[in-house]
Amino acid sequence: MSKQPIAQPLLQVRDLSVSFRQDGQEKIAVSHISFDLEKGETLALVGESGSGKSVSALSILKLLPYPAASHPSGEIVFDGQDLLKADDKTLRGVRGNRISMIFQEPMSSLNPLHTVEQQIGEVLSIHHGMSESQSRARVLELLEDVGIREPEKRLKSYPHQLSGGQRQRVMIAMALANEPELLIADEPTTALDVTVQAQILDLLRRLQKSHGMALLFITHDLGIVERLADRVCVMTDGEIVESGKTAEIFANPSHAYTQHLLGSEPSGHALPVAQDAPILLKTDDLKVWFPIKRGLLRRTVGHIKAVDGVSLSIKKGETLGIVGESGSGKTTLGLALLRMISSDGPIVFQGEGIDDLDSKRIRAMRGDMQIVFQDPFGSLSPRMSIANIVAEGLSIHAPDLSPEEQDEKVCRVLEEVGIDPATRHRYPHEFSGGQRQRISIARAMILEPKFVMLDEPTSALDMSVQSQVVDLLRDLQAKHGLTYLFISHDLKVVRALSSRVLVMRAGKVVEKGSVEQIFEAPETDYTKALMAAALRMETAPEGIVAD
Amino acid sequence: MGLFSMDLSPLNQRRLKNFKANRRGYVSLWLFIALFLVTLFAELIANDKPVLISYKGELLSPLVVEYPESKFGGFLPKTDYRDPFVQDEIQQNGWIIWAPVRYSYRTVNLDLPTPAPAPPSWSLTREVRCAPFEAGIEDVNCTIGNWNWLGTDDQGRDVLARLIYGFRISVLFGLTLTLFSSIIGVTAGAVQGFFGGLVDLIFQRFIEIWTSVPQLYLLLIIAAIITPSFWILLGILLLFSWVALVGVVRAEFLRARNFEYVAAAKALGVSDRTIMIRHLLPNAMVATLTFMPFILNGSITTLTSLDFLGFGLPPGSPSLGELLAQGKKNLEAPWLGITGFLSISIMLSLLIFIGEAVRDAFDPRKTFQ
Repeated sequence: MSKQPIAQPLLQVRDLSVSFRQDGQEKIAVSHISFDLEKGETLALVGESGSGKSVSALSILKLLPYPAASHPSGEIVFDGQDLLKADDKTLRGVRGNRISMIFQEPMSSLNPLHTVEQQIGEVLSIHHGMSESQSRARVLELLEDVGIREPEKRLKSYPHQLSGGQRQRVMIAMALANEPELLIADEPTTALDVTVQAQILDLLRRLQKSHGMALLFITHDLGIVERLADRVCVMTDGEIVESGKTAEIFANPSHAYTQHLLGSEPSGHALPVAQDAPILLKTDDLKVWFPIKRGLLRRTVGHIKAVDGVSLSIKKGETLGIVGESGSGKTTLGLALLRMISSDGPIVFQGEGIDDLDSKRIRAMRGDMQIVFQDPFGSLSPRMSIANIVAEGLSIHAPDLSPEEQDEKVCRVLEEVGIDPATRHRYPHEFSGGQRQRISIARAMILEPKFVMLDEPTSALDMSVQSQVVDLLRDLQAKHGLTYLFISHDLKVVRALSSRVLVMRAGKVVEKGSVEQIFEAPETDYTKALMAAALRMETAPEGIVAD
Repeated sequence: MGLFSMDLSPLNQRRLKNFKANRRGYVSLWLFIALFLVTLFAELIANDKPVLISYKGELLSPLVVEYPESKFGGFLPKTDYRDPFVQDEIQQNGWIIWAPVRYSYRTVNLDLPTPAPAPPSWSLTREVRCAPFEAGIEDVNCTIGNWNWLGTDDQGRDVLARLIYGFRISVLFGLTLTLFSSIIGVTAGAVQGFFGGLVDLIFQRFIEIWTSVPQLYLLLIIAAIITPSFWILLGILLLFSWVALVGVVRAEFLRARNFEYVAAAKALGVSDRTIMIRHLLPNAMVATLTFMPFILNGSITTLTSLDFLGFGLPPGSPSLGELLAQGKKNLEAPWLGITGFLSISIMLSLLIFIGEAVRDAFDPRKTFQ
């Protein structure tokens, strides 16, 4: 098999096309792409969602849903063998053995009913026929290798007992079990916190060096590419538009799309707030505790303190950013402030205590405080046209409007967020992620609220769309004098939009101050670690952040 | 709100296509619809009253109006149009249009060539068939309209007529029961799933106890005390059949109540009821529609088995279960048992095929070539 000259690259993708058949129509997802990967090299495939980068990677191992998917052209030569023409048996020998893969979502890629030992042991038993006792030593070695502390104790753990970062480490251990020559990583850090992301990237870099693997890294995050990859291929609409050395491309992008990608980081600053602006929302020592009940009588034995004594005040026209790792209680705090979940402590909105209003009066107040959610796919009902979605709130807060007046209002607000009103009778699935997020913004704006909670409104969007949405939010704020509570783990976006920032950890406020203070001169170790991970992808010393 | 609107979303178009791609289910659906529509107009197909009469220049429709016999020169309060005397009287002063089968489900054929149960007319010679009539082979009433296509039962009633009426009542009963149990089941499941917590806990325990009650025995006991009519029987069966859908609908609501668009609707101040109907119910429709043909099947089977045991519809009603019971009682008359078996098995098979096709059409992982 390995009679090829040494000069041959490890993986050669030549003129590869992928097409999907749906309802009798052929749809080209990837068209005529070619790239090489040398031994020990890191190649990044970069592109926005729908650019075909994952599909290209999956076709290397023939993991696409055949026969719906097909390859009209191309060959994938791995170590002198065309994988596209290989039979199932050969492929099984390659998969997880010579080429392995790690996926984006570590929770769903691990079998929830298998322990860590079983998950990793399975790979070893399939390819090497190792028995359980033989494989244990190897599993321990692997877990140590991927940086899991006290691996003996973790052997019997199930995936739900591990944190997100640990799960991804287990995934990596599985991928490394047979010392593959090529590791394909499909957005391995997208679902993780920035601090954990930095650790995982660090781990991948270290492992790649020590094992001498080639790494094919698929991502939409240019920051990662710059720090990790030797060479980069930029993909859009199923084509590679530019490829070359990472440093060269970042310094001197030649294709318009690459330039657009590189220039699309969210920028700008928060709008100035008047010194004497009245306080719109205020809370003091706010608590959201979920009881832990145990035993036969379901006695409360303790509490999960999701939000534990947070005090804050937001002035009219201001944007308060809340940052922190996942599980730090950011969203819970926001939902409690809007009375979407019950909480303990005074909440004053527009000079009126709203923490003890009954549900009827809360409902009447909803028009003044609105939410924009993270997931533009989940937050719009798939069975309603966008005109109906946007108009839904009007029927409650302005029931006297005639259908014509409603429609007119819907058109105006859609135009304001940059959606063509002529498309208002279409359904959400016909819009892109960025457009959908604009529609959810329109749904909140049509009620002319005073206060809007933005719960990670840009996290699910591509980079170039992120900055457009940030600009839109800022424009709307200037036009209507809106007050924002901006929740995000993406510090770059927070910096572009907030005037003050609150850093949360485990339900408590760790640090607060103006955006300059927090970003330029963070005081606590936690904030420093967060900044280092998010802006420079550096890992923090052990024990400061989650693992 | 577009829940049942005609402009189908691409997803529903795909489902419809998948449904049509399943030839067996699609053909079964049309066959079943055809059979159901035909039997829906059973009165026009099998009836002992003529469809239309012209008598002394007057158009009469005995199907709608009940004319006393005095109208035709007799003395009985009701007219027996099968009486040769009445027929003669009308024929002399006008004409008669009969339904294709001149028997209703409760008409006793008094002109049987053999003692009841009589075999199908086509298995007899013309002489035998016409023997009971006054004029023998020459008699005007010895026509194809008076044939017992599937023979008669042990009370001399036409099996075909009883089959047509019985099919109709079975399907109508099944549909009504399915409709009502779906309404109750979906509502109960929706409330449990949406509110969760204590409501869910109490309801679930109640359902567990309720479903462990031995239904058939209870039905037998109740049916022994009160004479069941169509609606009473429906009510009794409904007591137990509504739980079928609760589980799936509850699960859908539990899942969907955490969707962001539901949270968004809450944030807009939309009331719980509206959220349940507008945002959550459509999610549960897939599960409900998938289950429905099977619930329909179950309803029909239950009715048939009660009828078979003699605890179903009131005596004399046309019913497939009763036909089966007669088949069992009169093994020497195989046409009874065969007819009952074939009609029930064909009807249930058609429904199962439809149900299968619906289930596959809604299955997101299924792709048809």
